[in-house]
Amino acid sequence: MTSLVTVEDLRVSFGGAEVVGGISLSVAPGECVAIVGESGSGKSVTARTLLGLAGPGSEVRAGAFRVSGGDALAFTPADWRRLRGGFAGLVLQDALVSLDPLRTVGAEIAEVLAVHDVVPRARRADRVLELLDAVGVPEPATRAGQYPHQLSGGLRQRALIASAIAADPPLIIADEPTTALDVTVQAQILRLLAERRAAGTALLLISHDLAVVASIADRILVMKDGRIVEEGPASDVLSAPAHDYTRALLAAVPSAASRGTRLTTGAPRARATPDLSARVLAGTGLARSYGSRRVVHDVFFTLHAGETLGVVGESGSGKTTLARLVLGLLEPGAGQVTLHGQPWSRRPERARRPLRPRIQLVSQNPLDSFDPRHTVGRLIAEPLRLPRAGRRERVLDLLARVGLPPGTAARHPRELSGGQRQRVAIARALGPRPDVLVCDEPVSALDVSIQAQVLDLLADIQDEYGTAMVFISHDLGVVHHVADRVLVMKDGRVVEEGDVTEVFARPRDPYTRALVASVPRPARADAAWIKPGAGR
Amino acid sequence: MRGNVLGWLVPGALLALLALAVAAPGLLTAADPLAADPMDALAPPGGAHWFGSDHLGRDVLARVVYGARHSISIGVAATVLAVTSGVLLGLAAGLSPKWLDEALARSFDVLSTLPELLLALLIVAITGPGTMNVIFAIAVAQIPNYARVVRAQTFVVRRSGYVEQAVTFGRSRLAITAGHVLPNVLGPIPVLATIGLGQAVIAGSGLSFLGMGPQPPAAEWGAMLSEARNYLRVAWWEAFFPGLAITLTVVCLTVVGRRLQRRFEGRTP
Repeated sequence: MTSLVTVEDLRVSFGGAEVVGGISLSVAPGECVAIVGESGSGKSVTARTLLGLAGPGSEVRAGAFRVSGGDALAFTPADWRRLRGGFAGLVLQDALVSLDPLRTVGAEIAEVLAVHDVVPRARRADRVLELLDAVGVPEPATRAGQYPHQLSGGLRQRALIASAIAADPPLIIADEPTTALDVTVQAQILRLLAERRAAGTALLLISHDLAVVASIADRILVMKDGRIVEEGPASDVLSAPAHDYTRALLAAVPSAASRGTRLTTGAPRARATPDLSARVLAGTGLARSYGSRRVVHDVFFTLHAGETLGVVGESGSGKTTLARLVLGLLEPGAGQVTLHGQPWSRRPERARRPLRPRIQLVSQNPLDSFDPRHTVGRLIAEPLRLPRAGRRERVLDLLARVGLPPGTAARHPRELSGGQRQRVAIARALGPRPDVLVCDEPVSALDVSIQAQVLDLLADIQDEYGTAMVFISHDLGVVHHVADRVLVMKDGRVVEEGDVTEVFARPRDPYTRALVASVPRPARADAAWIKPGAGR
Repeated sequence: MRGNVLGWLVPGALLALLALAVAAPGLLTAADPLAADPMDALAPPGGAHWFGSDHLGRDVLARVVYGARHSISIGVAATVLAVTSGVLLGLAAGLSPKWLDEALARSFDVLSTLPELLLALLIVAITGPGTMNVIFAIAVAQIPNYARVVRAQTFVVRRSGYVEQAVTFGRSRLAITAGHVLPNVLGPIPVLATIGLGQAVIAGSGLSFLGMGPQPPAAEWGAMLSEARNYLRVAWWEAFFPGLAITLTVVCLTVVGRRLQRRFEGRTP
């Protein structure tokens, strides 16, 4: 048997707009092919089209389109149904939406077994447990009886993979399978997918992150605007990218090697040294519980003027609670936060209010933090305490500072892209000229290249105003890139603290070691092609 | 306005006519609704009286047209009162400490266990008849409809990212409530109020029918029905036209309200 899927000159359009513009690819048995590209590059549509799921209103044309040895252009809906699950399993980014919330995980997997008649009815329950066991779900018997919302993100993703492989398909199509997951969980899921491939299953992996696919893919296709701009063996694409776009993508990945440089240009950053004599913010013995659950426990930290303190940890480690304590949105159960040596958390709200503009927040999802009725101009003007006359001018200044055109002021955030929204959020936080900027996962919802732009913007702002930053992220590469010092949090405690290079190069705590080991490595550090100005 | 255009057009036209009757009844009829002419009593619909005349010889068309002002203003006044108090109480409950919120929420629940008309009747029985009392009674009976929705919305909005962000800007509680919470909880209110207005009109007519509302000889649809029922066997028109007016008004308002509701379902208007 030659290849499982072959398409030549595949074109998909929606209402006349071409989303996929003539791509060719094939996946051979046991091979791992990765499609890498940003949002809107057409990678997901390509993957879905291969399963006959291009969607309503779509028009699919191709020079040749062969799936499982048949001519896919002539397939009936019934043909496609037989292929889905049986020939190819689909794993999507968010298992919580892909799994039926009203059915147990076991029932979900059993359905695939029933539809494709894999094992006799009497054996189905046993087979479900075997599958859950095979994807590394502990206590499969208990888990099979649970609903998706009762499982953690990692377990849900495993359960979804179990249902995708239930009918033992020769191909798995995984669309951003690890994007919503913490690093250690991501590493586990990637290992699981690698195991399936070692067992002979072919893998078509879709991701925006070159680093993620680097460890597992045989061949990489880089997509941009519906076309393939570069393709080749993974090692070649990663170490000697031929196309400018691929180079820019690789260069945009923040890591240890990119420290002190601008991600978008590669130029060195004009960094003012943090003033270690000026302690802006300090936390001593901070603790906070919700009911009997301790979310933050015994946390100490200091932040100096112009310094960036990274906070890393997985979901549920207490990072966001720490941010809320710092912002004075939560009262600590014990300990206190001080600002410029003065009480902050222990100050009565009435006395704290006038000082609040000193500490500003940039959150993960700017849309949530914008009043849905307001325009960009009004949003940015809100924290400014200025007479009406000077306000408009200052709003336009701020927009210009974050690289947005003045016309943005009249628009609604809903009409903006994710990166533009984050710029608006940053402009708004800058308005009151804060001493401290708390950034809670500010780039985790963004594509790599947009992430690079936003990180560069934050760096410029720090260099220009000497703003101190608390930078919270689950992405070690990002923290390594931006932070001077780092707190590693686990279960509400700080397990390790220190200079970021020191901590990540020689982690002392076993948990930090596990985190560092989980980071997917892009080829950037040893790549000879990186030059200042590469790609842009 | 996609889909069934007629479904918007017909109730829309009827409501426009109604608005005209309230604003300028003189344009729709030349007759005086209070001018009695016993010689011309109980005349069937025809040339001189399109809708016939009643037992005192008053023109039914004129009384229906002028009656719109009474019936609709009772409904509108009651709805405005109910919306205002409902929004404020719901907002207060949503922002209050838990014990106060519980107390308010449970009282809304108790009020909504009683059918609106029965509750309104109970209140009028205590306050006594009169237009103002009817408005007050209907408003009280409708308050929970608005208060419960606003309270639930308030819970969502007060925990939202933008309210939290406004706190970090150092804005006061009052400024945040007025600037962010209140405007964002009002989303479902226009739709609810349209449907509520229909209910208020029917409740107002019902109470007037029982003699609790505007007193004779004022033309009010419910009161007209009440007077007409003694002559139902000889003059169907005296009861039919005010009845038709009530029915059409309520049906139109409800249809428009439900259609708006369906359009805005799942998103904020």
